[in-house]
Amino acid sequence: MTNQKSFIFDTELRLVALTGIKVRSLQELRDELPRIPGSSIFFHTHQEYLAHDFQRSAHFNDFARWVSQALREEALAEKLAAIDLLAFTTIRELRDAIIATVDEYLNDLGRPSYECRPEEAFHFCRSRSFVLPTGIVADDVDDFFRQVASISNASLYFHFFEARLRLGRRTSDFSRWLNDRGRPDLAAAIDALNPYHRTLDELRCDIVQLGTNTGTPA
Amino acid sequence: MSAHLEDYRKIVGTQVIDELLLLADRVRHLRLQHINSTSVGGGVAEILTRMVPLLRDLGIDTTWDVIKGNQAFFAVTKAFHNALHGGEETITEEMFDVFRATTEMNLGELDNCGDVVVVHDPQPAGLIAKKPETGGRWLWRCHIDVSTPAPSVWGFLRDYVGQYDASIFSMPDFAQQLTIPQYMVPPSIDPLADKNRELPDDEVRAVVARHGLDPDRPILTQISRFDRLKDPLGVIRAYRMVRRRQDCQLLLAGGGATDDPEGAEVLREVREAAGNDPDIHVLELPPFSDLDINALVRGSTIVMQKSIKEGFGLTVTEALWKRKPVIGGAVGGIRLQLLNGLTGFLVHSPEGAANRAIELLGDPELCSALGSAGHKYVKDNFLTTRHIRDYLLLMLATGHDGTDLSLLTGGTA
Repeated sequence: MTNQKSFIFDTELRLVALTGIKVRSLQELRDELPRIPGSSIFFHTHQEYLAHDFQRSAHFNDFARWVSQALREEALAEKLAAIDLLAFTTIRELRDAIIATVDEYLNDLGRPSYECRPEEAFHFCRSRSFVLPTGIVADDVDDFFRQVASISNASLYFHFFEARLRLGRRTSDFSRWLNDRGRPDLAAAIDALNPYHRTLDELRCDIVQLGTNTGTPA
Repeated sequence: MSAHLEDYRKIVGTQVIDELLLLADRVRHLRLQHINSTSVGGGVAEILTRMVPLLRDLGIDTTWDVIKGNQAFFAVTKAFHNALHGGEETITEEMFDVFRATTEMNLGELDNCGDVVVVHDPQPAGLIAKKPETGGRWLWRCHIDVSTPAPSVWGFLRDYVGQYDASIFSMPDFAQQLTIPQYMVPPSIDPLADKNRELPDDEVRAVVARHGLDPDRPILTQISRFDRLKDPLGVIRAYRMVRRRQDCQLLLAGGGATDDPEGAEVLREVREAAGNDPDIHVLELPPFSDLDINALVRGSTIVMQKSIKEGFGLTVTEALWKRKPVIGGAVGGIRLQLLNGLTGFLVHSPEGAANRAIELLGDPELCSALGSAGHKYVKDNFLTTRHIRDYLLLMLATGHDGTDLSLLTGGTA
């Protein structure tokens, strides 16, 4: 999606697939976590950001929300919510961190984990992603910041959230391109943003603001 | 009157329509065929009536066929439907024979098939026998909850379902363990349909007044058929608790119960519970009351859907779209739609519903915040345009066998 000169904005459209696997207790969750597809880990740690991009997440991922709402294990929910997604560049690392957090909690629990009601079971899903070019292209840095203001949230999500795990680096498509275009200052500023604590609308404003602050008209 | 794709641009935004057009470019060479059991009445027909013209606007060659069946067949499929929902039904071998015979008859009449065939619900499921002859990709779209079915009916149906290329469910809780891929496609509402389109304030007030309510006083509303699973008596109990603290009226409105013995019984119980309270309004609405329902919801202060058991709960979607604060039972698809405290409130009892209603009636800013968030949530997730996008993605997906994060680039990246 990037080349030497222009930035080509893509968008990601997702179809949700059901794995058919469901769990009702913490132990069952622990048993399934190593076995489920990596795309399921990604889905349950990221889908909230697109599904209700108008609101900052209360639990940051589906595992934390389910543990809180269905199992009432609030302390574990807080620990799962506190897993810093920015610290990982592979799904494997992220999966290991989730498992370690659940293991530690189970070891300290000192009682059997609760089983939720059948209707509150956690259903593992995953997404199939389809990436399409939007036809929007930024020819230079000024143009880039103008275009960011108008792209869809799905496009922003793709270049910002998914790029990190796709590239296996702690950076986004935006930062990589800005760096290549001789603006490491802007690349670093974008890398310093924490997308997991912002809505997509807020994140877009933050990026556009960075362009404005550095004298790049947005 | 059918709306056109461009009519949605001003509602969902230009990016959404442009994405649909981009996606349609990738699947325009495929013919899409929907098959169900009725052309009018029921949620599936309602969705297809709105969706098929929009798919054609996108340049997708889309057909919609309806299977034929006599009264005996539809009596059997009604019994199957209840049994799949977990209800107690006596299912006989003769009933399976009726199903098989009608399927055979329809197979004989089915000639031109699409490249992608979407078969809706159990009634036409047996048409999968045509696949070896016609080829194409066949998808079974299940709109009902089959998570706790009667084993005999599910065992019979599963033999058909297992032959499809993929299945589609409205939410994970409704699904079954299957060997074929399963996708989740939630249902949707049409923002331009009479039930949902914007209405002028004076029209809303006029409809509210015509039905005997005071548009200047708060109104709590539940729109649903008179069914114990919708807990209308629990709503009356909640209203009475609210009235100790706040002035308000209660509106319980639903479709006619004349041809439904249980519905008539529940309606009688509701009227009895309402007693002679002049602020409880029980309305039995005739068919084709979509505009009235739209106005009554828009004229309400709070919408309730205090169900004990629920499918997806599109009445909640419709209320959220109208920016109403919604209090809903924590069951079925209501849990997907009401993000507790963000887009509405989930409750488990009449007391919980009353507490939330009192809180909302005393806090217009909270009503407004929930209403705005709910509207945005529906706009992003539960409108016709998202439903169409999912079908286009399914057409694309069935042509590829990728699994984890399969990234299908358009070739220009």
